[in-house]
Amino acid sequence: MPDLLSVRNLKIEATAYPPGEPPRTVTLVDNVSFDLTKGKVLGLIGESGAGKSTIGLAALAYGRGGARIAGGQIGLNGQDILTLGPKEIRGIRGARVCYVAQSAAAAFNPAHRLGEQVIEASLRHRIMSRAEAEKRAVYLFRILGLPEPETFGRRFPHQVSGGQLQRAMTAMALCPNPELIVFDEPTTALDATTQIDVLAAIKHAIEETRTAALYITHDLAVVAQVSDDIMVLRRGRTVECGSVRQIIEMPREEYTRALVNVRQSIRQETADQSDPLLKVEKISARYPNGFEVLHDVSLHLPKGQTLAIVGESGSGKSTLARVITGLLPPSEGRISFNRKELTPALKDRSKDDLRRIQLIYQMADTAMNPRQTVRDIIGRPLTFYYGLRGAVKTARVKELLDQIEMGNGFIDRYPAELSGGQKQRVVIARALAAQPEVILCDEPTSALDPLVAQGILELLMRLQKETAVSYLFITHDIAIVRAIADSVAVMHRGRLVRFGPRSKVLSPPFDDYTDLLLKSVPEMEVGWLERVLEARRMESTGN
Amino acid sequence: MNLRTIPLSAWIGMAGLAVALVCAAFAPWVAPHGEGDVVGDIWAPLGGDFLLGTDNLGRDLLSRLIYGARTTILVSLAATVLSFAIGMFLSFMAVVRGGIVDQAFSRFNDLMMAIPTLIFALVVLAVLPQETWILVLVMAILDSTRVFRIGRAVALDVAVMEFVEAARLRGEGKLWIIFREILPNTLSPLLAEFGLRFAFAILFLSTLSFLGLGIQPPTADWGGMVKDNKDGIIFGVSASLIPGAAIALLAVCINLVVDWLTKRTSSLKGGRGDA
Repeated sequence: MPDLLSVRNLKIEATAYPPGEPPRTVTLVDNVSFDLTKGKVLGLIGESGAGKSTIGLAALAYGRGGARIAGGQIGLNGQDILTLGPKEIRGIRGARVCYVAQSAAAAFNPAHRLGEQVIEASLRHRIMSRAEAEKRAVYLFRILGLPEPETFGRRFPHQVSGGQLQRAMTAMALCPNPELIVFDEPTTALDATTQIDVLAAIKHAIEETRTAALYITHDLAVVAQVSDDIMVLRRGRTVECGSVRQIIEMPREEYTRALVNVRQSIRQETADQSDPLLKVEKISARYPNGFEVLHDVSLHLPKGQTLAIVGESGSGKSTLARVITGLLPPSEGRISFNRKELTPALKDRSKDDLRRIQLIYQMADTAMNPRQTVRDIIGRPLTFYYGLRGAVKTARVKELLDQIEMGNGFIDRYPAELSGGQKQRVVIARALAAQPEVILCDEPTSALDPLVAQGILELLMRLQKETAVSYLFITHDIAIVRAIADSVAVMHRGRLVRFGPRSKVLSPPFDDYTDLLLKSVPEMEVGWLERVLEARRMESTGN
Repeated sequence: MNLRTIPLSAWIGMAGLAVALVCAAFAPWVAPHGEGDVVGDIWAPLGGDFLLGTDNLGRDLLSRLIYGARTTILVSLAATVLSFAIGMFLSFMAVVRGGIVDQAFSRFNDLMMAIPTLIFALVVLAVLPQETWILVLVMAILDSTRVFRIGRAVALDVAVMEFVEAARLRGEGKLWIIFREILPNTLSPLLAEFGLRFAFAILFLSTLSFLGLGIQPPTADWGGMVKDNKDGIIFGVSASLIPGAAIALLAVCINLVVDWLTKRTSSLKGGRGDA
C-alpha cells in the first residue's frame, strides 16, 4: 500500500532577531522523515519548541510566523506538495488536508453559526453541494456524539461548551472528507472529564471515516490512546519512532524513558492531620452579581504538609484560593490561621498576616512585572517585609536564586529573557522571599512541559523539606496529586465532594464524581481508552 | 536600544526638534536682532538686509521667530507636562480605586469633554486675568481630559494583570501600585500620546494667540505673529506664512518622532521593547 503522506529529510528554518545582534537563521526542524499510510494515526510528541506543530503545519505546506520550509520533500499521495504553486496548495488546504487547532474557542468566528463554518470549506472547494454538505455535517455531529445533531449547526460558538466546540472543529476538519487531518493538541485545553469524551469522539470519527491523521500533543498518555505509531521529537530532531506499544513499554532512548516515567510518586504522605495551621470553616462565597461560587467548604492544612485541591475548571478551586488570600471576602464562614481568625478582606489584614500567605500563579508570564528585573522582583518582598536594602538585599536575592537552582547570572535579567520553567522558579523565589508559612499554588505546573513541571514539583518538595512551608496545591492533574499530596480535597461545582488523607481519598469506595474524575485521567498504557469506554457502556446497560 | 534601528524619518524629526530647542534655549545669542526692536521698514521682503524680511511694525521676522520658539515651545511643553501629570494621576487613581471613585472621575471627565475645548478656553481666558501661568493652567486642564481617557484605558489593561494582584496581596500601597507596577508598563503608549498632545498644544496656543487670548504682545509667539501679519496677505506679503510654516514644521517633526515611538511601543509580552 503506497504511503499517503511521506516526509523526507524535512528542514524548516526561521530568522531570529535577537536584540542588539544581527539577525541569524535558526533551524526549527532538522532532517525529519516519516511515512503515514491511509487510515493510520501518527502521534507527534515532544515539549514546546520541539517543532511538532511546525511539522504538522508543514503537511499543509504552511509555515507559521516566519517559518519557512528550507529543504526536503513532503509527498502527498506521491506528489511533492512543496513544488506546487500557491493556487494548487490552496486546493489542498482545507480540502485534502485539514487542520484542527488547539483552541477551538479562538479558531471559530464568534459571529457565524457553527454549521455554516463547518461546511464552509466543502462549499468553497466545490467538493459537495450545500445539501450534501449539510447532511454530512449532521452525520459527523452524530458520530462525534454532539447533542441534537440535527440542530447543532444552528448554534453560535458561545452557545456550546469547550469540549463540544473542539468536537465541532473536528467535524469541520472531517467535513470535506480529507485524506489527512492534522490535530494540533486538540484536548490540551480541556478538563480531564471532557478530554476523555473528545478523545473517544475523535478516535471513533477517525475509525469511521478511515482518514489518516497526525496527532500532535505533549501528553504521552493521550497520544497512546489514539495513535498507531508515535514519533518522539526534541529540539527539531527525531528522538525515536516506533509503534505505540514499543514506545510505551520498551523505550529505546533515554529521553523517551524520562517522558514515560514522568510523575512517578515523589514522596510518601504524612498522615498526621491533628494540628491544622490553616483552617477553612464552612466557607461560602458569591460574586458581586450574586452567583454563588463556593458553598459550605471546610478544610484544614497542617504545618509542613501539602493539601491538593482537585476539580475541573469552574469547580471553584481557584476561587477558594482567592477567598483565603482575602481578594474575595466570603459571604459566610471563617478562615483561621495559627488558631487565630483571619480578617476576611485583604485591606484589613496586617502586613504580617499578608506575609505568611503567599500565592504562586499558573501563568508566570503575567505574574511578574515585565519591566522589573529578577533582582527587583525577588528583592521587593525583602525590602517590603524585612526592610533589607543594598548589599544585604543583593546577597539574600542571590541566596534565593541558589535555592531555586538558578545561578547569580540571572539577577539582572528581565522576565522576557527567561524560559517558562525559569519564570515559574523566579515566582517561587518571590513567594519564598517573604518566608511564608503557607504558599497557595494555583496550577503552577499546568502551563509547563512535563519534564520542566517535574523539575518544579521536585523543587517545591525540596523547599518544603528545608523550610517546613505548607502548600495548598490547586490542580486538575490527578497524577500530580498522587505524586505530592498529603491530603486531598475534591471539588465539584463549588462544593467539597471529598476531603481527607490522600490514601483514603484516592482509594475506593468512591462517590460518583471522584470515580468519574479518576477514571478520566489517561494512563500510559495501550488500550486504556477502550477499557474505560467499555466499562462505561457496561454500567449504562446494567442500569 | 540600537542607534541603527532608528529610521531616517525619526532622525529628521529629531533634527528639527533639536533646531527648535536650540533656538528656544539660546534665543538672545542666536537671534540677529532684539525681540521687540524696530529695525527696518514695514514688511520688508525676504532676503536683503533681513533674511526673512520684517513684520507689520518693521521688526526682524527671523529674530521674532527665534524668540517666538521660546514662548511657544515653553508654554506648550509646560501645558502638556502639566496635563499629563494631572490626567495620568487621576486616571490611574480611578483605575486602582475603582468603584465610585472611578465613576465620579470618569463622569466628570465626560462632562468636561462635552464642552467644546476652544469655546471653553475662550470663555475662561476672557474672564481671568491675562497671565502666562493662567494660560498654561487652562490649557493643561482642558487637555488633561484627553489624557485621562487614554490613561484610564491603558491602565485598565495593566491593572488586571496578575503582577498587580500580586503587589496588592503583598500589601503594597496605592502609590507603589500606580508608580511602580502600572506606570512603567503604560509608559510607551503614553509617551507616544505625549508627543501628539505636545503638537496639539502648540496648535492650540497658536489658535488662542491668533484670536488675541494667548500670549500678549510685544512677546513674540508664532500664532500671534500669524495674526499680526495676516493683513499683509492682501498685499501679497508672505510674512504671516513664515510663522505658520514654522508651526507646521514643528508639528510634523514631533509626529515623525512620535510615529517611531509608537512603533517601538511594545506589548507586555514582548518585554522591554528594545528588540
